[in-house]
Amino acid sequence: MTIEVKNLVKKFGTFAALDGVDLKVDNGELVALLGPSGSGKTTLLRIIAGLDWPDSGEVSFNGEDALAQGARERNVGFVFQHYALFRHMTVFENVAFGLRVQPRAVRKDESSIRARVKELLDLVQLDWLADRYPSQLSGGQRQRIALARALAIEPRILLLDEPFGALDAKVRKELRKWLRSLHHEINVTSIFVTHDQEEALEVANRVVVMDKGKIEQIGSPNDVYERPATAFVHGFIGESIELPVQVADGVVRLGDRPLRLAAEGVASGASKLFVRRHDMLVGAPGSGAFEGAVRHVRNFGPVQRAEVALFDGETIEIDAPRDKELSVGERVGLDPRRYRIFTA
Amino acid sequence: MTMQIADSVSLSTPDAKARRHAVAAGENLRTEPRAVRIAIISVAVLFLTVFVVLPLVVVFAQAFSRGIMAYVAALSEPEALAAIRLTLLVAAISVGLNLVFGLVAAWAIAKFEFKGKTFLISLIDLPFSVSPVISGLVFVLLFGAQGYFGGWLRDHDIQILFAVPGIALATTFVTFPFVARALIPLMQEQGTQEEEAAISLGASGLQTFFRVTLPNIKWGVLYGVLLCNARAMGEFGAVSVVSGHIRGETNTMPLLVEILYNEYQFVAAFAIASLLAMLALITLIAKTILERHLDEGHDSRDH
Repeated sequence: MTIEVKNLVKKFGTFAALDGVDLKVDNGELVALLGPSGSGKTTLLRIIAGLDWPDSGEVSFNGEDALAQGARERNVGFVFQHYALFRHMTVFENVAFGLRVQPRAVRKDESSIRARVKELLDLVQLDWLADRYPSQLSGGQRQRIALARALAIEPRILLLDEPFGALDAKVRKELRKWLRSLHHEINVTSIFVTHDQEEALEVANRVVVMDKGKIEQIGSPNDVYERPATAFVHGFIGESIELPVQVADGVVRLGDRPLRLAAEGVASGASKLFVRRHDMLVGAPGSGAFEGAVRHVRNFGPVQRAEVALFDGETIEIDAPRDKELSVGERVGLDPRRYRIFTA
Repeated sequence: MTMQIADSVSLSTPDAKARRHAVAAGENLRTEPRAVRIAIISVAVLFLTVFVVLPLVVVFAQAFSRGIMAYVAALSEPEALAAIRLTLLVAAISVGLNLVFGLVAAWAIAKFEFKGKTFLISLIDLPFSVSPVISGLVFVLLFGAQGYFGGWLRDHDIQILFAVPGIALATTFVTFPFVARALIPLMQEQGTQEEEAAISLGASGLQTFFRVTLPNIKWGVLYGVLLCNARAMGEFGAVSVVSGHIRGETNTMPLLVEILYNEYQFVAAFAIASLLAMLALITLIAKTILERHLDEGHDSRDH
């Protein structure tokens, strides 16, 4: 099932939740909508599901107008952040719900329903919980049951709204891997919303980065990380050093000091220089584009994180390899291995 | 007297959390000297005895003052039986109507956003803030011989005032808030996600309501119905205005109690009153049980 969204606009009062969104999702893809809260990603997901309606724009499934159908007819599986399991029903009945409410003409008989529910509970590896009530399950279990319930209707599309948002870090990581392998197994076109970049980059085939109701970039996880299209994407994904610079005739200035950085093709004016923390190479004083003094060093994990006060007043954080230990007070030269300049 | 009991039952709302907090706070504040504590508790006990327990005892004492035979005889009077029948009928009609109205109103308020919602919520509370006598008078103004629809009703030979429809209307109006009030906070707290999930799974509106919404609020519905019923059976003011006091026809139990009392038939008056008092006691017990279920509903919520 392909999903196509064209020029979608949705306003809540004067706040534009979606401000002209275009998106195409191919059959069998697993796409992440990534953005800070208020970026419109959940609104987009709810409109695709039919739980909200756009002010203008188009949504089509396989070329068919989806907005002509209500949520009920769209055959879309939706998984909610807070599970939304039916609290008065057992796990079994929760999963069976979608099968039981089908019109009589197409409804399966009781034994096929039982078989199908059993199959789904096996799929999410929770068949032993069939007789429990949602309140007796852990968060991770509830979310897996919610997923099984959504899959029961053999949805054409699976939509997940911050599926792991309410879970603790360890369970999130497990479920992430599990979701990816599950998608591999059932291969249904899926979109999930997240504000967690790690989750988006790790699980999705393609990442859609959103901000303020607009799509900033669509690309593979590698693309959005390595080749961010806008200042927002560079700042939002991965950890970046951000410096306000002036560009004039191919010369980049920080304060009034020219930096030895090439800036071909960058329009003149106020700009922002982005460098990944680990792309800032440490050398002897005078060796790089920047000069500074180490203020603070934290040694943990594979890199040492140093706070460096640049001579023109800015303070930045860099990740340096641990082969040469930095010490507080040391003067260093810094040279960005890779950098991007975006017009501010 | 009996009406007071029924009214005091109906005024509290199912706010379990607030109650629990009050209990917790009470424990923290238990630092006063022993004498003060005893004094305060004594005042409370004395107050309850005089204003709640004593009236209840008096009702039953008076009812049985000439022995059980006189009590049974008083209740078997045709007039008494007619009043009991009418009261049950009116309660059934008004509880039935308010169940439907209350469900619809609470559903609309809790599950949808629309303009004028705050106004609608205040409107639902109107019967609580208006004196029942005024509520009754409104219907007299509307349907009385000199009222807006009086002429039309007379031409079509429809009797509303001084008949069952008028009594049922007045009672329904006065008891309107109970079901809606019991359900609105409950439904607001539960949100709309389960309904959205049901619809995205292919359920129709009715299937969603009967399979998801209603099971989630059933204890709240029973709670509202219980309080609505207690008030409907005990309603005096509004009914008194519209009933016309036709003996054996339009007297409900509370009205009959007053009439019999004014005629110095104390045993008969208190016999009927004792039935209303028993209704109040049963309501209290049922209310306690329902509140426990409502509390459990709160506790087992997803966190």
